[in-house]
Amino acid sequence: MNRALKEHTKELVKQNETGKGISEMAQRGKGNAKIKVKDLNLFYGEKQALFGVSLDINEKEVTALIGPSGCGKSTFLRTLNRMNDLIDSVKITGDIIINDENIYTSSDVIKLRTKVGMVFQKPNLFPMSIYDNVAYGPRGQGIKNKKELDKIVEESLRGAAIWDEVKDRLKTSALGLSGGQQQRVCIARAIAMKPDVILMDEPTSALDPISTLKVEELITQMKEDFTIVIVTHNMQQAARISDKTAFFLNGEVVEYDETDNIFSTPKDQRTEDYVTGRFG
Amino acid sequence: MRDFKDNLLRGLLWLSAFLSVAVLLMIVGFIFYKGMGLISFEFIFGDYSPEGGGGIWPMIVTTVYTIVISLIIATPIGILAAVYLHEYAKQGRLVRIIRFATESLTGIPSIIYGLFGAVFFVTTLKLGMSIIAASLTLTIIVLPVIIRTTEESLKTVPASYREGSLALGNTKLQTLYKVILPSAMPGILSGIILSIGRIVGESAAIFLTAGTVAAMPESIFSSARTLTVHSYLVTQEAGDIELAAAVGIVLIVIILAINFSATYISKKLNKATNK
Repeated sequence: MNRALKEHTKELVKQNETGKGISEMAQRGKGNAKIKVKDLNLFYGEKQALFGVSLDINEKEVTALIGPSGCGKSTFLRTLNRMNDLIDSVKITGDIIINDENIYTSSDVIKLRTKVGMVFQKPNLFPMSIYDNVAYGPRGQGIKNKKELDKIVEESLRGAAIWDEVKDRLKTSALGLSGGQQQRVCIARAIAMKPDVILMDEPTSALDPISTLKVEELITQMKEDFTIVIVTHNMQQAARISDKTAFFLNGEVVEYDETDNIFSTPKDQRTEDYVTGRFG
Repeated sequence: MRDFKDNLLRGLLWLSAFLSVAVLLMIVGFIFYKGMGLISFEFIFGDYSPEGGGGIWPMIVTTVYTIVISLIIATPIGILAAVYLHEYAKQGRLVRIIRFATESLTGIPSIIYGLFGAVFFVTTLKLGMSIIAASLTLTIIVLPVIIRTTEESLKTVPASYREGSLALGNTKLQTLYKVILPSAMPGILSGIILSIGRIVGESAAIFLTAGTVAAMPESIFSSARTLTVHSYLVTQEAGDIELAAAVGIVLIVIILAINFSATYISKKLNKATNK
């Protein structure tokens, strides 16, 4: 990373009033900050997609990222497990600290991704059995013992509230399940890595209302064990399941606060316009 | 008016389909009609005799040798090259050049490969007219086919599989052999089937590199005659259309058998992963 550029951006953000406001807002959050993001800028080639994002994400809470399409919320989510590394043209400045470790200076991406799991927009189970899908992550880490794998698979599927539905068909193809079941197996697959943080990128946007409800219930249960960051287009969903909400607009965090405050007494006019459905 | 147009189009479609099937049936029918009389156990499994009346077992063995040796060399190289091009190489000038080269290679008439093989493998590398020289030449012929089909099937693997696997803390290499290659397998397999077709159907390049010795090859360094070359020679030298047609029947059966078994294997593979 370009040190001079980094310093320069830091200066810029210091001068930027909104930037300051946001970090103060983030400081006010109670609980333990699991993830600390400071002055994060992200560029796709020449185009800047994130501008001085700073926010702290609390442990064992659900943090929702909302905002209109193209506002950078998914891009931001993907910086947290370095999925943006897959794109060659992406440049990042600023710091992201997870478990007291700067994830962009410590080079072990693999270790990071075992600690920060991800659930994608569409269920993306592999064309193999349910069992093999859930055991995929642990096997990749070198766990071969069958008993141990059996235990992990059962625990994970139970954790994703889908064990009873699939326990008799673990060896059949995961692609035979319904969309909602597949997404819960995807969550089980992420849980199987025993991560600290689970990132969810619009996990219910491809699901029917009943499956969506099940996944939402699941997320609420899961925050006892995991720190969850969820991107959602659905404001009711953010209001239902999250503890804190960050509102993104044009690559900036406009407002970040307790979810109740965001939806009842937003401080910024743009947030109010968005959550009341005036645009977006 | 619209009805008329619709019917006309339908008629044309039907006619085209009918013509292509009819031509195929005619050829197969002709070959079987001409050659079936000669087919016997003795003809297929008997040793060749220059006086006539012998079998074609040496040619079948030679054909199988060329298929096996060419594929043993071409398949791994082709798959690895395609994986490099699609998964690892920075998409830039070099990759474009390699792609252009492989595409051009598929369009070159096989006699040119034959000439190259005759000069390089037979003479320069001193392999002599031999099965190995022919197989190496065939390797060059089928390599672009395998690279292209493998690359195409890698393209069909959803990006979400890659992301999913990487997000679960797997390395790129683990992702490659655990998720990507298995998903691409049916496509890769069809590339190999196409290659077998190319190898079995090749005559000019083999004629120039393996020679025409009509005897059981002692080793892969012997000069020998494949089925297609045999078919060509008996027509050319003896004018024996019946014998050539009988060889044709054997060729058709071999190709069908390979196609069916490949489809079967591919289905088995799909079941193992998709059921």
